[in-house]
Amino acid sequence: MSAEPRLLEVRKNVLKQNDVVARALRERFRSQGTFVVSLVSSPGAGKTAFLEKTLTLMRQNYRVAALVGDLATENDAIRLARSQAPVKQITTGTLCHLEAVMIDRALDGWDIGQLDFLFIENVGNLVCPSSYDLGENLRLVLLSVTEGEDKPLKYPTIFNSADIAVITKMDLAEAVEFDEESVKANIQAVRPGMRHFAVSAKTGGGIQEYMQFLTDRLAEHAPKHTAARA
Amino acid sequence: MHELSIAMSIIDMAVDEAERRRVTIDAVHLELGPLSGVVAEALRFSYEIACKGTSLEGSRLVIREVQIEVYCPTCNAQKTLRSMQWFCCPDCGAPTSDIIHGRELVISALEVGDERRTAPVGST
Ligand SMILES: Nc1nc2c(ncn2[C@@H]2O[C@H](COP(=O)(O)OP(=O)(O)OP(=O)(O)O)[C@@H](O)[C@H]2O)c(=O)[nH]1
Ligand SMILES: [Mg+2]
Ligand SMILES: [Zn+2]
Repeated sequence: MSAEPRLLEVRKNVLKQNDVVARALRERFRSQGTFVVSLVSSPGAGKTAFLEKTLTLMRQNYRVAALVGDLATENDAIRLARSQAPVKQITTGTLCHLEAVMIDRALDGWDIGQLDFLFIENVGNLVCPSSYDLGENLRLVLLSVTEGEDKPLKYPTIFNSADIAVITKMDLAEAVEFDEESVKANIQAVRPGMRHFAVSAKTGGGIQEYMQFLTDRLAEHAPKHTAARA
Repeated sequence: MHELSIAMSIIDMAVDEAERRRVTIDAVHLELGPLSGVVAEALRFSYEIACKGTSLEGSRLVIREVQIEVYCPTCNAQKTLRSMQWFCCPDCGAPTSDIIHGRELVISALEVGDERRTAPVGST
């Protein structure tokens, strides 16, 4: 027996399997000209309400669809389906987040090429989803005015993995003495340069600006595709 | 809590390596960044549970916590972040989102015995 342990160098990314699937998805979304947005937030922050509003409005001009992850119920899928957009539920069981392979499976039988935007609602959780690339083009972190202004400082990892922030339930801002400047500063502290939108799913306030942002991104993502539609 | 499924992936990968190289594994060395979304303490705990009944039962998980390294455009240099709550250069204060290290979740090495498991020597 040797006194020194024998060390074998390996260097293996633990999430490699997920990353490989995510990369293939992203390539597929790119070649088909579909812009994919995922939503993460704490439970109850308002993802489904915001998404329902977005789908309803965007459906008028774009081909949109949604996947929604939930631990157990189909309730969110039922709510989203009210927008008339195609919606599929992904029930995760005990898993507290979505993984790329679940997206891949859920898209089975869907013609992605027929979509301009695909939205993915992740399971309500500000921790676990940060580790898993879903192949999305844009990750949106949602926080509501009732959660406290310091959410970004408490969950820097998820804010860091996201591309934009959306502050929702702005219709309640006054009642809870919400301090938008303070949230803005906290977002910038953990993710300098991150763009944010302030919206209300209830009144629809702020949603136009957010949709304009998405359509601009679609035009960059799939220039020929949108030019042909114009 | 997704540490249990992460622990199971680590074990699967290590078991594969061990079989391929025909060795037994005494310890798995892991590099873990604070931006990986994985908590070291929860992972250690999950690892022990997930090892039970596998060929890695009784092995150790050695975690090296990596610091967050960012690129500062003003200093034109790589810098170590002081706090996850403050993404700016520790020297000049310029804000930066350009992350070089900190997202690692990587098996860096395996501590192996040969044909059969030898008693772990020393303590790391
Ligand atoms: N006043 C107000 N209430 C909202 C708004 N958005 C969502 N809500 C309410 O907040 C609650 C939670 O909203 P959901 O949309 O279900 O939140 P969620 O993030 O999808 O929740 P999970 O999927 O369970 O994590 C519901 O009672 C909504 O009616 C808003 O903009 N204004
Ligand atoms: Mg929901
Ligand atoms: Zn600097």
